[in-house]
Amino acid sequence: MDFNENFILGCSAIGAGLAVIAGIGPGIGQGIAAGHAAAAVGRNPGAKSDITTTMLLGQAVAETTGLYGLVIALLLLFVKPLLP
Amino acid sequence: MTNGILLNGSSDIDFMIHGVFSYQFFGHEVWITTTHVCMLIVMLLLIGFAVAANRVMKHATEVPGAFQNVVELIVELLDNMVKASMGKNAVKFANYIGSIFLFILICNFSGLLGLRPPTADYGVTLPLGLITFTLIHFNKFKHKKVKGVLRELCDPWPFWAPINLISYIAVPISLSLRLFANVLSGVVIMALVYGLLSIFAIGWPAVLHVYFDLFSGAIQTYVFCMLTMTYVSDAIGDE
Repeated sequence: MDFNENFILGCSAIGAGLAVIAGIGPGIGQGIAAGHAAAAVGRNPGAKSDITTTMLLGQAVAETTGLYGLVIALLLLFVKPLLP
Repeated sequence: MTNGILLNGSSDIDFMIHGVFSYQFFGHEVWITTTHVCMLIVMLLLIGFAVAANRVMKHATEVPGAFQNVVELIVELLDNMVKASMGKNAVKFANYIGSIFLFILICNFSGLLGLRPPTADYGVTLPLGLITFTLIHFNKFKHKKVKGVLRELCDPWPFWAPINLISYIAVPISLSLRLFANVLSGVVIMALVYGLLSIFAIGWPAVLHVYFDLFSGAIQTYVFCMLTMTYVSDAIGDE
């Protein structure tokens, strides 16, 4: 089969959109982390700074999986690896 | 696509790496890109600061002046950070972690000066990840010897070795991709704001700069150093 360039670009754009759906996972994860951190601060207000640091560290690590999706989307949109 | 693996987009949205000039290197066309230029500026900044700090600390006074105070504060902060997560191994690694912390931090902050942050180039973050990888395995061989390393490789069962090997290789890739993608996402969003909303982008993008350059940059720097320290002290073990 023979596809022209525009078809491949369009499919790349759809693929990029689908790849960014990966953002759902980290969103949920970060929300859970923030919720638990809020609960922890409620239980032990004295440890607020430690809890915040740990929460931010965990969230930044959890964010990575979403950013993999972003990288794939950017590759599809701007490097256009599928074009012949 | 003449500039190697550089991204290219429409004309008014500009978050790409640009070639400044090219030269021949053993028959290959090699480009000096904006990343090199920005990194040079960051390096000059850090070297200048280091020389000034060195000069001040040579004539350190009992009651510190303003600049000496700042230098002592920075060194103390970095030392405490390393000490908190590496314990007794901190002495050996405080220098490396401190310098890499300052380098990544200034790189991420350089977006404030209108530069394209060098860490938004995979060619900068991958070597940083590879340095961590080398540190991990050097220390593993040094402290656990070959026998300990082999035992760790075949952790639950010997046929588990390939999976452990993959998890070792994944460490530098995930470390470098995390830093790269975080900074790049900030750069892309800032470029979209400035490129598409150029008429309205007056003043308020400063808020985005605070988030993407300062907050996100500082957090990612901290995460990179923290993970490096955790992996390395894990490799050293308890002895």
